[in-house]
Amino acid sequence: MNPEFSYLSEVSAEKGNLIKGLQLIQEREGYVSDDGIKAAAAHFSLADAEVEGVLTFYAQFKRNKPGKYQISTCDGTACHIKGAPLIQEWLTTALGIKSGETTEDGLFSIETVACLGCCSLAPVMAINGRVYGKLDRKALLKIINEYKKQG
Amino acid sequence: MSEIKRIKVGTASCGLAAGAGAVLENFKRLAGDIPVAEVGCIGHCYCEPIVELELKDGTNIFYSSVKADDASVQAILALTENGRFTIPAERAAIEKLYVTRLAGRIDPKDIEEYKANGGFESLKKATAVTPAEVVEWVKKSGLRGRGGAGFSTGMKWSFLAAKTAEEKILICNADEGDPGAFMDRSMMESVPFQVLEGMLIGAYATGATKLFIYCRAEYPLAIKHLQIGIDAICKAGLNLLPGREKPLDIMIKEGAGAFVCGEETAMIASLEGQRGQPRFRPPFPTDKGWNGYPTAINNVETYANIPVVIADPDAFAALGTEKSTGTKIFALAGDLKNPGLAEVPMGVTLGDIVYKIGGAAPGSVKAVQTGGPSGGCIPADKFDVKMDYDSLKELGAIIGSGGLIVIGNDRCMVETARYFLDFTHRESCGKCTFCRVGTMRMFETLERIVAGKGQESDIDFLEDLGNKIKKGSLCALGQTAPGPALSTIRYFRHEYEAHVRDGYCPVNQCNALSDVALDPAKCVKCKLCIKNCPVGAISDDFKIDNSKCTRCNTCIDTCAKKAIARVKKGTGYDSTPGK
Ligand SMILES: Cc1cc2nc3c(=O)[nH]c(=O)nc-3n(C[C@H](O)[C@H](O)[C@H](O)COP(=O)(O)O)c2cc1C
Ligand code: FES
Repeated sequence: MNPEFSYLSEVSAEKGNLIKGLQLIQEREGYVSDDGIKAAAAHFSLADAEVEGVLTFYAQFKRNKPGKYQISTCDGTACHIKGAPLIQEWLTTALGIKSGETTEDGLFSIETVACLGCCSLAPVMAINGRVYGKLDRKALLKIINEYKKQG
Repeated sequence: MSEIKRIKVGTASCGLAAGAGAVLENFKRLAGDIPVAEVGCIGHCYCEPIVELELKDGTNIFYSSVKADDASVQAILALTENGRFTIPAERAAIEKLYVTRLAGRIDPKDIEEYKANGGFESLKKATAVTPAEVVEWVKKSGLRGRGGAGFSTGMKWSFLAAKTAEEKILICNADEGDPGAFMDRSMMESVPFQVLEGMLIGAYATGATKLFIYCRAEYPLAIKHLQIGIDAICKAGLNLLPGREKPLDIMIKEGAGAFVCGEETAMIASLEGQRGQPRFRPPFPTDKGWNGYPTAINNVETYANIPVVIADPDAFAALGTEKSTGTKIFALAGDLKNPGLAEVPMGVTLGDIVYKIGGAAPGSVKAVQTGGPSGGCIPADKFDVKMDYDSLKELGAIIGSGGLIVIGNDRCMVETARYFLDFTHRESCGKCTFCRVGTMRMFETLERIVAGKGQESDIDFLEDLGNKIKKGSLCALGQTAPGPALSTIRYFRHEYEAHVRDGYCPVNQCNALSDVALDPAKCVKCKLCIKNCPVGAISDDFKIDNSKCTRCNTCIDTCAKKAIARVKKGTGYDSTPGK
């Protein structure tokens, strides 16, 4: 197996652990590359296509390298009702990328998720797991600018 | 000497998102030797961050919307009268806290504090009698599953208990797939030991040997607290049930973002490492589940109810209505003043929840969506409906997991239906043709309608197709997916008709069917809108050109004088020749 992914041996090789293995790869690499798929296939004794079939079923897995700051905008029901589409529009204007894309400098990527469980503070987004609630345009731009400044 | 015995800061996800992290830090820094504890969520999410002071005389004071700056923190340490929070009497009269009694009141990571508050007493009581007796208690209590289908928990447990097998599996469904529901997250974050105690009692009653918790990956804090809970339980030896030789295996599995995995058979497939596709039942999971072993699945809130049930099954049965006993935790979100969680006896009216607990202004609400993408909407003139499994079914809605999305007067119901079909058509696992293709067609039709390209016949088409999808789908995802469209057509047909017949959106929300205009009478010519418009659609003489405008609402949002608004399609300025 590709030594880059030797940490896969942390999960035992039963097929039931495939999703866990893929989650581990994503945790380490930020996404699951073609090499990652091959490594998982080797570890769990599966065909590449089987791994890919499972992977593509689940929205969580990313096949492209995400930005340093991963923005998850929530488009769950509560956030949608409270204006999530506008938040996304404003983010796109501010960063020049849409959901699923990464900025050229590799700093930001956006993904859309369905509910972070903070619906009472809708609309919300998370950046690298930190949740920001009660967003409006001003708050959103302030947060993004702070991250930009940090670089 | 301070009168304060202990300070508690609510740091569940909702609290953290509202800024509780900084509040916690500053209390720790400024409180001297008064202990500062992190607690979960008391349900009043609208006024997070929340700080509770336990005083030495045994009373306590809550503060809401606490700011992190030194002055604010010091004022609270000096017991300021400002910012104190008491539960409004109107709300307190309806709420009955049984299941959420300890949520937000104790340190979720401390097994000793849970024990000191009656924790594991029910486990002790249950394991002192036979497993069969425990199943009888649960049956007698009338407890029905809180995950959506409302099946009797006692019955389900009796099926699993009746099996003999080398391994028996008990799963906690913590996938909380309904976007807009968050009671399961809150319970796992705030009282993980209570959920785990319910599972231990379940394992004892059913003879289960392996326990899985399938939790959505979007809930990292819930996963962390559950893991701390499992470790503490194992350390205390509570995982070795009386009469067993082997301790229970308790494991958390992270979901990977697929709504359908909340369905039982799909969840089992996912736990086996496969694509999460539901399969035909029978065989039922209690006959043939995870890796072929008998398996039962219950929801987080169901397990959190178990210690309450065991403490007094008859008292539980006396709560709520005859066929829906006990309490239900509802998650309130959307267009209302007080979003958060509320635990009320089954059978309380929707109106009481929305107005008296949620604080929605009378007349401001158009409908409530219950049951998320699998549910339906209930129009405001039916808010006297009792919230129990059977009453809601009659209205074409379901309790579901208990998520209530309040929809204000200025939201478009067609767009809301489009949103749900967008969700379900993407989440369809693709196995059944009606669900896979049918929800896609419904979504496309709704997209067309909100884009101003709908036809009169589309409404009938949606109804017809929706009814066919209900019949032609294997699992409840497809069977319920048309619900949001069908119920909005049933109660808000006039909104659909305005879109397809008259070419405008009655609340001016749909981009293609509304214009943007500036009211010169209100405008003070500050030019902020001109500066901020990303597409240069506003001219120097403050005319908004609707042919250029992308309806991004930036100008509406920037205008301090509220001079810009969405207006009826065709009434705004448009530079296109001939318009
Ligand atoms: C598409 C779909 C999604 C579901 N999602 C969930 C969920 O997120 N959480 C849950 O507890 N039950 C969910 N259910 C219901 C479960 O299939 C099952 O009825 C429930 O977990 C049983 O537990 P209970 O008897 O305690 O309610 C879902 C069902 C379907 C069809
Ligand atoms: S809907 Fe956005 S956090 Fe739940």
